[in-house]
Amino acid sequence: MTIAAARWLRNGGVCFVGIGLPSAAANLARLTHAPDIVLIYESGTIGAKPHALPLSIGDGELAETADTVVSVPEIFRYWLQGGRVDVGFLGAAQIDKFGNINTTVIGGSYDAPQVRLPGSGGAPEIVTAAKEVAILLKQNRRTFVEKLDFVTSSGYFERGGGNGGAQVRGRGPTTVISDLGVLNSDPATNELVLTAVHTGVSAEQVKNATGWELRVAPNLEITPQPSASELAALRDLHARTAAAHGSAAGAE
Amino acid sequence: MATLVSLREAAAELVHDGDSVALEGFTHLIPFAAGHELIRQRRRKLTLIRMTPDLIYDQMIGMGCAARLIFSWGGNPGVGSLHRFRDAIQTGWPAPLAIEEHSHADMAARYQAGASGLPFAVMRGYVGSDLPKHNKKIKSIECPFTGEILTATPALRPDVSILHAQKADRKGNVLIYGIIGIQKEAALAAKKVIVTVEEVVDDLDASLNACVLPAWVVSCVCVVPGGAHPSYAHGYYKRDNAFCIAWDGISRDREFFRTWMERHVVGTADFAEYRRSSEAEAKVSSHR
Repeated sequence: MTIAAARWLRNGGVCFVGIGLPSAAANLARLTHAPDIVLIYESGTIGAKPHALPLSIGDGELAETADTVVSVPEIFRYWLQGGRVDVGFLGAAQIDKFGNINTTVIGGSYDAPQVRLPGSGGAPEIVTAAKEVAILLKQNRRTFVEKLDFVTSSGYFERGGGNGGAQVRGRGPTTVISDLGVLNSDPATNELVLTAVHTGVSAEQVKNATGWELRVAPNLEITPQPSASELAALRDLHARTAAAHGSAAGAE
Repeated sequence: MATLVSLREAAAELVHDGDSVALEGFTHLIPFAAGHELIRQRRRKLTLIRMTPDLIYDQMIGMGCAARLIFSWGGNPGVGSLHRFRDAIQTGWPAPLAIEEHSHADMAARYQAGASGLPFAVMRGYVGSDLPKHNKKIKSIECPFTGEILTATPALRPDVSILHAQKADRKGNVLIYGIIGIQKEAALAAKKVIVTVEEVVDDLDASLNACVLPAWVVSCVCVVPGGAHPSYAHGYYKRDNAFCIAWDGISRDREFFRTWMERHVVGTADFAEYRRSSEAEAKVSSHR
């Protein structure tokens, strides 16, 4: 999954990176096919090149290896809202068929939730200001749901009219990469469609792990198996991370 | 003009029950020692403001200091949930906690508006999100020049902002470097400012464009070496990731949490004693 997500990133682009899985994949891309990718973390580090994966969004190594470190208002105003980010690379707790994501509450109501999650962080503005967004999360019926308990950040928004229109700059979440395959939004219906399965995974398996009636693209692709060099780069990155933070950290 | 006082005196004099208080620091330079002192002095009914509540607000909420929380992301970075924050919202323990929830970009804009002397902040935000349905402070406004509909939220003006920084000089000018987060805006938005520092030096030796808070915008400077632990102070010490991971276990159970806090925070005289106390216990348990 990390390797499939890393492959999706182009060399030379500007990527606003979420912590955890997105950060692992973005750094793997930087260490393999995309050495010139610019990684931006919301702590204000622009062009970060960490040796090990950061445990938090504001680890010191991000600052030390960055091209520049700016304040938090500056990162959100000049760099994100200013339209300088090509790709938003985010995780989520739940997603629906239109790429809306939830990181706020599960079950109950907003005021009396069963499980209170951390909340939005930077996501509501990343999804609308980045030119394109990819969401990374593990796929099962609890995470890929028919109806979200809460829309933290919107996936598909009405463009060119209504309140949302003027505020939206990018194409929104076009791609979802899971541990089972890749989903892309259909430009006609804005619905996420299964376009690729990872090696050894069937379309049926992915449908069973999805809480809505998942559509499958007619020309379903198979994600090529990880190469030896990709696996080695990922292994080394996790080993350096474990050495830096103690075991388990970063091995998401 | 900044006066150099002990943290105990600064907290007693400047922070009162019912105040709105912002302890800022974006992962870096989180003012843990100051948060502990407010717990030790048993402050109550505070409105706590912070973009990322983190372990420090988990501790303050769990110890009953807070009535209200204004925030944008409440987790233990890289580890998982904040159990005391969750418990307070889900079950109202130890006291009901009202929340006012925003996005990061919005919180940053709100502090900027406060620092700029403006009544509100304007931004492109929250398109399609449910957050504005639950937070009446998130409104929209029409641009008088283009007619675009934009998001407006009120300025933040904390009664007190509390920061940790690397160093101050003897006059009380403060130097912050590394990930500077929202610290400058939080200081300039507030009515009063307390800064804890690693050390006081004769000369800050700051580069021309460095982030310096002049002494005349700072109320009190308090020397607390290690005062950001388990967060970090760039150039002084690293983030204690092991403690952040251990916190998950310490905070999970109400009684275990309370006993730990009473013993190491409330039951100690200051931050230095807290560090000795909590680290001695950590050593014992790791040898078990």
